[in-house]
Amino acid sequence: MISSTIGIWNYWIVFCLMMIGLFLVIGRKNFLKKIVGLTIFQTSVFLLYITFGKIKGGTPPILNTSIDTIYSNPLPHVLILTAIVVGVATTALGLSLVLRINSEYGSIEEDDISAQDLVDYHDEIETGKSIDLKFKQ
Amino acid sequence: MMDILIKNLPILVVLCPLMTSLLVVLIPNTFFSWGLTTLSTFLTFLFSILLYKEIQIHAYISYAIGKWIPPVGIEYIIDKVAIIPVIIISGISFIATIYAYKMIPEEIEKKSISKVYSLWLLAIAGLIGLVTTGDAFNLFVFLEISSLASVALVAMGAQKDKQALVAAYNYLIIGAVGATLYVIGVGLLYGITGTLNMTDLTNRITDLNNNKALIAGFGFMIIGIMVKAAVFPLHIWLPRAYAYAPSAVSVLLAATATKASLYILARILFSIFENSENLINNTLLFVILPLSIIAMFAGTIMAIYEKDIKRLLAHSSVAQIGYIALAFSIGTKASIAAGFIHMFNHAIIKAGLFIAITSIGFYIKKRVTINNLSGLGRALPVTFFCFVLCSLSLAGLPLTAGFISKLYLIKASISSDGIWIAILILISSALSVVYLWKMIEVLWMRAPKKIVIKENPKIYLSLIIITFLNIYFGLDASLVVNGSFEAAEKLIGNLK
Repeated sequence: MISSTIGIWNYWIVFCLMMIGLFLVIGRKNFLKKIVGLTIFQTSVFLLYITFGKIKGGTPPILNTSIDTIYSNPLPHVLILTAIVVGVATTALGLSLVLRINSEYGSIEEDDISAQDLVDYHDEIETGKSIDLKFKQ
Repeated sequence: MMDILIKNLPILVVLCPLMTSLLVVLIPNTFFSWGLTTLSTFLTFLFSILLYKEIQIHAYISYAIGKWIPPVGIEYIIDKVAIIPVIIISGISFIATIYAYKMIPEEIEKKSISKVYSLWLLAIAGLIGLVTTGDAFNLFVFLEISSLASVALVAMGAQKDKQALVAAYNYLIIGAVGATLYVIGVGLLYGITGTLNMTDLTNRITDLNNNKALIAGFGFMIIGIMVKAAVFPLHIWLPRAYAYAPSAVSVLLAATATKASLYILARILFSIFENSENLINNTLLFVILPLSIIAMFAGTIMAIYEKDIKRLLAHSSVAQIGYIALAFSIGTKASIAAGFIHMFNHAIIKAGLFIAITSIGFYIKKRVTINNLSGLGRALPVTFFCFVLCSLSLAGLPLTAGFISKLYLIKASISSDGIWIAILILISSALSVVYLWKMIEVLWMRAPKKIVIKENPKIYLSLIIITFLNIYFGLDASLVVNGSFEAAEKLIGNLK
């Protein structure tokens, strides 16, 4: 029992990271911290895939001369290479949005921002006084 | 020449927008980038029509990328099911591009226009790739291409209204979590089956019934896709993203983005997991059926109380997605066909409504709220007329496309002993008349405004095309209905 629990400790790490990341995304009100959480969440999935690829006693999958070499499965690594690129793009887009939000609202706290939005919404819709949008012409 | 073209069609529908999206940025000229985008979306539409013709002959086309034989290499599959979302996406994106001619230069500063068109094409390429690919991991890549491009497009609305930034941010975070959940699911499936090819997955899942990793993987995949498809409790990102996006982007996303994900949902449920019948039946009955019924009512009621019209339409989209998911969850051949019919019809209805509302927003230069609409009906006759026709189509009046989908949906639910489902659908449709009438009443019955607005043919051209389609497919629905029934038969095949 204990040996089998410890034997899959990779999965425990994946599990912990996943929950930490998801908690940060859901529980934090700061937009930057949410992105940190998202990155941790995605990283845990990368680890999960890499763990699948490991074969006991396997070497890195680089062809060598001896016939009885056991290779680790390279496919998950390749998939994760793609997923890392996607993750980088997501993080970059998220951070640039946070920058823009900060310059427009002067804050990246969800509460401040939704309070400002609510004031705008109330002004515009409940009182019937409409704010002109920044259309050209 | 023609032979090579036909042989490579499955990849061309993806490559055409993908490659032009790179070309468009090179020459930052407003008219040039619009022209190239129109050409590209038109070619994509043409290719998908040719594919439709091919499908009528061959019924199943498998395309091996780079000549790597399918279970090893990546495979693109076009069959009678996949062709429906391909035609929806390419057709609507062509019409939305015509609409974008006037709207994008209005709302976006000159130096970023060509970049917007680039993102526009990237989003289209992502969505088409999503439905054509036959590889579970490749699907994730396309999912992220389309959603990152649409997030950036939504954020471009910030030049008009800063709330677009927060909307885009929420869309990004929720979408990324959804996509990551999907990847976890794929990983678990890969761990137990050792393949990523969908056809291969279907075959290998057969002897793995009641495997816990299989059930967990299935759950992760379904939840991830449901986030992207905005099925009820996971729809939170949708109303804001559609409301604050630039006008043309709202039209494109509202009509196509969720449809592609709904198709993936259907494919996971009825194609990849077709051999684990217990799992699927339980999921349909205890997860998707209740959620979609709640979606039908929650979306409609939110729409009734909403005062910002673009948000109202977005809430109504949540309800309509509920109808489609409901049709899938009944799980008979007739109901799945009804789901595809509604998928097609809802795309043309929502595109029409969004074009009408956003062009009213353009004419009055204000955010379209219920107060701003009063008395505009007489000032904007063409827009108003098309808006009313599309609204009637959404409500499901006879002679419009909406009627056909409601008819088949109700027929399917009655024939599967779900008379109470049919009654709920009717109640929800009746409720949807409330919010549609609210808009029409304000537009037409209030005292006319004294302002003179000249309607621009460049703007209402696309609206007229969409409205014509709404009426045409209401009068002669044989094309959509036959296609959908063939798709449903292909999807659940010999099961039921």
